[in-house]
Amino acid sequence: MSKNIILYAAILVFGITAPFIFPAFKVQLSILCVLIVLATTWNIQGGEMGYNSFGNILFYGLGMYLCASVQVGMFFPLAEWTESGGEKTFVHTPAQFFQGMAVGLVVAAVVPTIVAGLIGYSILGLRGHYFAICTLGLGVAAGEISGGIEIIGAGQGFTTPPFPNVGNLESRGEFFYYLSFLVLILTFIAVRGIYSTRFKLILNAIRDNEDKAEAMGIETMKYKIVGWMISAFFCGLAGGIMGGLVGYIDSTDVAFDGREMGVFMVLMAILGGKGTLWGPIIGATVFHIFKEGFWTFFLGWQYVALGVLIVVIVIYFPEGIMGWLREKYPQKFGEVIDEKDRKAQVELK
Amino acid sequence: MISVQACLDGILLGILFALIAYGMALQWGVMNIINIAQGDLVILGGYIAYFMYLYGIHPAWGVIVSPIIMYFVGIAIYKLVINKVVDRDLFISILATFGISILFMQLMNFAFGADVVLANSDYGTTMLFNSNVVLPNSKIFSAFISILFAICLVIYMKKSKLGRAIRATAQNARAAKILGVDTEKVYAATFGINAALCGVAGALISITFTIHPYMGLPYTIRSFMIVIVAGLGNLPGVAMSGMGLGVFEEFADYILGTEFRIGSVFLLLVLILVYRRFKLSRKREYLK
Repeated sequence: MSKNIILYAAILVFGITAPFIFPAFKVQLSILCVLIVLATTWNIQGGEMGYNSFGNILFYGLGMYLCASVQVGMFFPLAEWTESGGEKTFVHTPAQFFQGMAVGLVVAAVVPTIVAGLIGYSILGLRGHYFAICTLGLGVAAGEISGGIEIIGAGQGFTTPPFPNVGNLESRGEFFYYLSFLVLILTFIAVRGIYSTRFKLILNAIRDNEDKAEAMGIETMKYKIVGWMISAFFCGLAGGIMGGLVGYIDSTDVAFDGREMGVFMVLMAILGGKGTLWGPIIGATVFHIFKEGFWTFFLGWQYVALGVLIVVIVIYFPEGIMGWLREKYPQKFGEVIDEKDRKAQVELK
Repeated sequence: MISVQACLDGILLGILFALIAYGMALQWGVMNIINIAQGDLVILGGYIAYFMYLYGIHPAWGVIVSPIIMYFVGIAIYKLVINKVVDRDLFISILATFGISILFMQLMNFAFGADVVLANSDYGTTMLFNSNVVLPNSKIFSAFISILFAICLVIYMKKSKLGRAIRATAQNARAAKILGVDTEKVYAATFGINAALCGVAGALISITFTIHPYMGLPYTIRSFMIVIVAGLGNLPGVAMSGMGLGVFEEFADYILGTEFRIGSVFLLLVLILVYRRFKLSRKREYLK
């Protein structure tokens, strides 16, 4: 236990000091935080509950649009803002910007949660293929439809309010970094809390055998919906922050980017190991480092590399890093292995 | 008159969708795999026909050339990727084919550019009802060819030895294996036939409509939708629901506007699945 506290303290200290140690990578670190949040929350219903969704991008994009719309709409007419392409006709004062951001983030977290509840009631009864393709359809449909709505910029995109002139040049990066780091910590605490309760066991029961869980008297539908709503809550928050960080929202390339972010969150969780607390975190970190480090080598070919990477990970590495570690060092995971039995197995091999 | 036009357009379009959906139903039934890359195979087949057009050959010959090439592409995909995921978790196969889909999309983007292209067939148009309804002959041609291919395939599946092996594997893979069917070969052939069907459909689409590297996913979703509405192995159902989808799309295009066309297809899928869930859900009661 004390080892864990040291680990957490080390990560916390690293997280707080990181923007000063690596000032050039502030934006990358913020994106990493968002990616970890997405992967961890995907893991709640993808890994623990066994409902593999491609549609969490829906809540992410929804949060992004809502946060930016609220931030603008609280002070200025939204339609004129999007029409002018965010030119300098309207300028947020610092107080307006931060108030708008705060209210926007709350809205961006709450509305997707409600949407998840409503959608979840209708589609969480589907299983296997049907659920996966249905959520894929939801994500793409949201992208296509939001690309046709005029008030949020339609095809030409939506510029989020620029960061106001406070502090020095570095303060924009620092603000978004600490915001995303805060959300990351909140997510981690929440997820860790969830994983130590009966709720997680119920989710696992649903994953392992839903009919049996139901026969044991668990109202599976209720738990599935709550699980999805938790995912949606943090996805919405992450989307809101990412919108401000990127500064520009496009319906199919940034917000409902099923081809990129929607696959990334699944891939990161699988790379790290589905159904573990640390798996998605490690997976997201490794993936982000790989992506940023090697993307420049594949300049122009990065999506080809992404396609190959997905196929390779899925075929040869479906257990993920945590699964591999668990197989290699079972003792570390609290699994007791009979020495004689293991030797016999090795000899058999 | 506009609704007659939309209906006829939709039916001709729907026959094409049904051809793609038949391929998907085939591999779903036999291998229990949902191929997200289905639409990208279609687009690849379309580019083969388009290239023949660029080099001065009439694109209609693509209907013969493209399935032959696509058959081998399908076999190659099977050997490289699919045979490793056939017996695994359903989600693994979806994700793996999703990866293939992204790969194909980008490779096509590099090879052929991101422009919307079409292979011009110079078939002219047919006027009906005092020139109020205009039907391009290429659409009629494509519907005719699709029906021809579908009939050939049905006869092949019924009569030939491989067709019988495929049907046996679909019914019970293990029993088929015991009785001497080389299921590995059957799977490869199924995937190849599916890819060849996609090739035919793609060539026809490049003649009648337009192709673009990123247009694959809607075709996958459409064929998935047709298959779940019709059910596996229900060929008349596939044809009917394909035409129904085509008509729906034309009307959605006309009423909501072209920018919502793809969105309405995806929404329809969600609605159908939701309807399915409420229709099929049992009455559950819990003791309090």
